[in-house]
Amino acid sequence: MASLASPLRVCRGILKELRAIQGPSYKQSLAYAYVMDQYRKNKVTGERYCRAQQEAHHASHTYLCLLASTRNHLALHNLYHGKGERSPEEVAGLVGLRLPTQPGGKGWEK
Amino acid sequence: MFRSIVRLGNALSLNKVCPRRHQRCALKYSTAAAERKKFYEDVSISQGEGGLFEINLDRRKLKTPGGKLFTVPNEALAIAVATEWDAQRETLKFYTMHMTTLCNTALDNPTQRDKDQMINAALKFLETDTVCYRVDEPHALVELQKNEWDPVLHWIENRYNITIGSSSSILGPEIPEATKDTFRQHLNSYNFWSLTGLEYVITQLKSVVLSLGMIDRHLSVEQAVLLSRLEEEYQIRRWGNVEWAHDYDMYELRARTAAGALFVQLSSESSTVKRKLLQD
Repeated sequence: MASLASPLRVCRGILKELRAIQGPSYKQSLAYAYVMDQYRKNKVTGERYCRAQQEAHHASHTYLCLLASTRNHLALHNLYHGKGERSPEEVAGLVGLRLPTQPGGKGWEK
Repeated sequence: MFRSIVRLGNALSLNKVCPRRHQRCALKYSTAAAERKKFYEDVSISQGEGGLFEINLDRRKLKTPGGKLFTVPNEALAIAVATEWDAQRETLKFYTMHMTTLCNTALDNPTQRDKDQMINAALKFLETDTVCYRVDEPHALVELQKNEWDPVLHWIENRYNITIGSSSSILGPEIPEATKDTFRQHLNSYNFWSLTGLEYVITQLKSVVLSLGMIDRHLSVEQAVLLSRLEEEYQIRRWGNVEWAHDYDMYELRARTAAGALFVQLSSESSTVKRKLLQD
């Protein structure tokens, strides 16, 4: 199985996603503070195979996948499935007709 | 003007009434509206009693659809949920807020299930596990399944000391009772929240083997999703990709699986920071 991307790339990916979500002020967000804090805490470890570091790396990769795929899913949804139904005027206009107008309102309308 | 009312399946019924601004924003399961306007500006978290974290939208506390106060056991989960709410623009799109949905399910437990029922439901997937179901033809697909799925099966057999075969018959493989007991014991060691997340992931990937492989950090989310959709990927490579169906499904599956995996990991970890003094 291919190994995960390096922690630096994952970190930069997460920051890019946060910037896409929040705009220019992403550095003040809670998620930014937490992610940077976690990265700093887990950077230095004495053992060669540190389980907490592996867990943190996997968790960060998972979070990056979550942010990226929700963004892509939402983009695809808006692109292909977001239009909704046409209004009755547009539907009539498709075949070249217009809806009738009744100046006094229909019987049940007030 | 007569406005058409959109029906979205039998679970949700859309009431075309302007959303009323309650003092407490309680959303009910039965009358969930598909679109709500964003009614807050800031999202923040706070720590309540018992060390549980709560989410504040402006100054109102977030509540679950069942009416309970929305509390999470640790800060990381709270921040993930807060980021989801913060990511909404103008309208609230609940189908993108996977962590919130998982937390709501774990808190409310609307189907009133206990741990044993959930473990049984999860183990039922073992009998029809994706990784164990092979085809006989076309030959390229058989090879692909053997190359991609067999290593995962070997890994899980070694890790848990069990045997699961793969079969190409319509009934599926015979899973010995010892295997099921081992898994049952393993699943019992997770707490209720983690089990909710784990069962969600198993339902999404349609495979116990792949879900455990991902939770145990043997597979990444993208790899697990790829293996779960192996036959679809094979057909896509053969016949071409349809973006509005294939990519859409893939991203949705990735998002849900990633949310479930993160949920399990955050619910079952307890981190302590041990500072070692550098001795010089």
